[in-house]
Amino acid sequence: METYYDPKDLKNFSKIGEFGQELADKFFDYYGNVFKDSALSAREKSLIALAVAHAVQCPYCIDAYTSDTLEKGYTEEQLMEAVHVTTAIRGGASLVHSVQMMKQAKKLMM
Amino acid sequence: MKSLFASHSPLSAPDVQLDALHKLELIPFSERVKNAGLEEIKPLPISIIQVNLGKMCNQTCKHCHVDAGPDRKEIMSRETMEQCLTVLRNSNAQTVDLTGGAPEMNPHFRWFVEELSALKKHIIVRCNLTIILANKKYHDLPEFFKEHQVEVVSSLPHFTALRTDRQRGEGVFSKSIEALQKLNAVGYGIDGSGLLLNLVYNPTGAILPSDQKGLESEFKQRLKAEFNIDFNALFSITNMPISRYLEFLIESGNLESYMEKLVDAFNPMAVQNVMCRNTISVGWDGTLYDCDFNQMLDLPVNTAKANIRDFDEHALGFRSILVDDHCYGCTAGAGSSCGGEIA
Ligand code: SF4
Ligand code: SF4
Repeated sequence: METYYDPKDLKNFSKIGEFGQELADKFFDYYGNVFKDSALSAREKSLIALAVAHAVQCPYCIDAYTSDTLEKGYTEEQLMEAVHVTTAIRGGASLVHSVQMMKQAKKLMM
Repeated sequence: MKSLFASHSPLSAPDVQLDALHKLELIPFSERVKNAGLEEIKPLPISIIQVNLGKMCNQTCKHCHVDAGPDRKEIMSRETMEQCLTVLRNSNAQTVDLTGGAPEMNPHFRWFVEELSALKKHIIVRCNLTIILANKKYHDLPEFFKEHQVEVVSSLPHFTALRTDRQRGEGVFSKSIEALQKLNAVGYGIDGSGLLLNLVYNPTGAILPSDQKGLESEFKQRLKAEFNIDFNALFSITNMPISRYLEFLIESGNLESYMEKLVDAFNPMAVQNVMCRNTISVGWDGTLYDCDFNQMLDLPVNTAKANIRDFDEHALGFRSILVDDHCYGCTAGAGSSCGGEIA
């Protein structure tokens, strides 16, 4: 069955240079450096990546960082808590706009 | 849970296991080694003799590459152990690594350890921890190990009960913790005692192990904080795609992606240090193998006589090591051996 997202396509990510090598090289170089142990550990960065993957709803990233965080020793409970952080921020970002709605409504109404 | 053997699973046959790997049509391991510009894997002088005392075990872990369990009755005889001792007496191999199953369940286990100790060999026992609590006759194992300065290497796949029990069976985590505390109580894992207690981490699922040092510090911190447990080092080991772990991979639909992960993570640096180079593995019936994994795949060493009673260190030094696609498990990422990372 044909689908928009095929898990096998993730393997081809490294081949995007075919349509533009220079920027692809720069991106992968940057990406590699971002995920290195530094002020934050590679382990912490992996969990952030999982949370962000859910915010951007990228199925490739969700698969990749589910494996990566499990490999790095996080528990399923910790993975779920990370996704709740995503949800809280996403939900909160909508909800916080209600102050605008309230302000406008109060202005309009008697 | 039954072993594959006792449940008459077709996968208990080594050729069925290898067929399942070959069907994936991966680049054959030997070719991958060649493509990396490396020579074929050649033996170094033997420094470790790993002796499998039998397939009998008090546990039936889901990932077990030995297909061990209480329903397995194959154990090494005293006569074969005597042949091992004869070899060891004349060999430069300084380390004897006792494995199983649960090696302690072999009735000649203590006698064998005493004899090895008299030969002044460095003895490693792969102790599954729960055996210490399994029966009164095993309760004094920590003292026995201490008396013979045995290095204890024990599996603990995670510092949470949920993940450990999923791999090793219900209740295994709490018993393992109790056993570790008993080992600590006699000095094992305590700085300055000289009694080595090393833990083995292997993933509970179709994932690769990550950086050994990072996991070790996480394990140390959690085990100390929650259970006041000390240990020396953590060995991070990749699950080999054979036996019961292979069954899990097939049944969960993960075989292809797991093997692809192993192939993609092929690390030429690890090839230099795979354990078959300096180890010989002895099966419960005395048959010699390049490693414990080849033992389970029924691939004896490629020499004229492949039994401990005909042990010929010189001929073994010139043998060609039998590799196949399961070997990708030894060369992925930082590599893997019975002592953890190798690259
Ligand atoms: S992994 Fe070890 S403890 Fe578990 S069944 Fe196999 S031999 Fe026994
Ligand atoms: S599986 Fe055995 S023979 Fe293959 S590389 Fe690993 S240790 Fe060597």
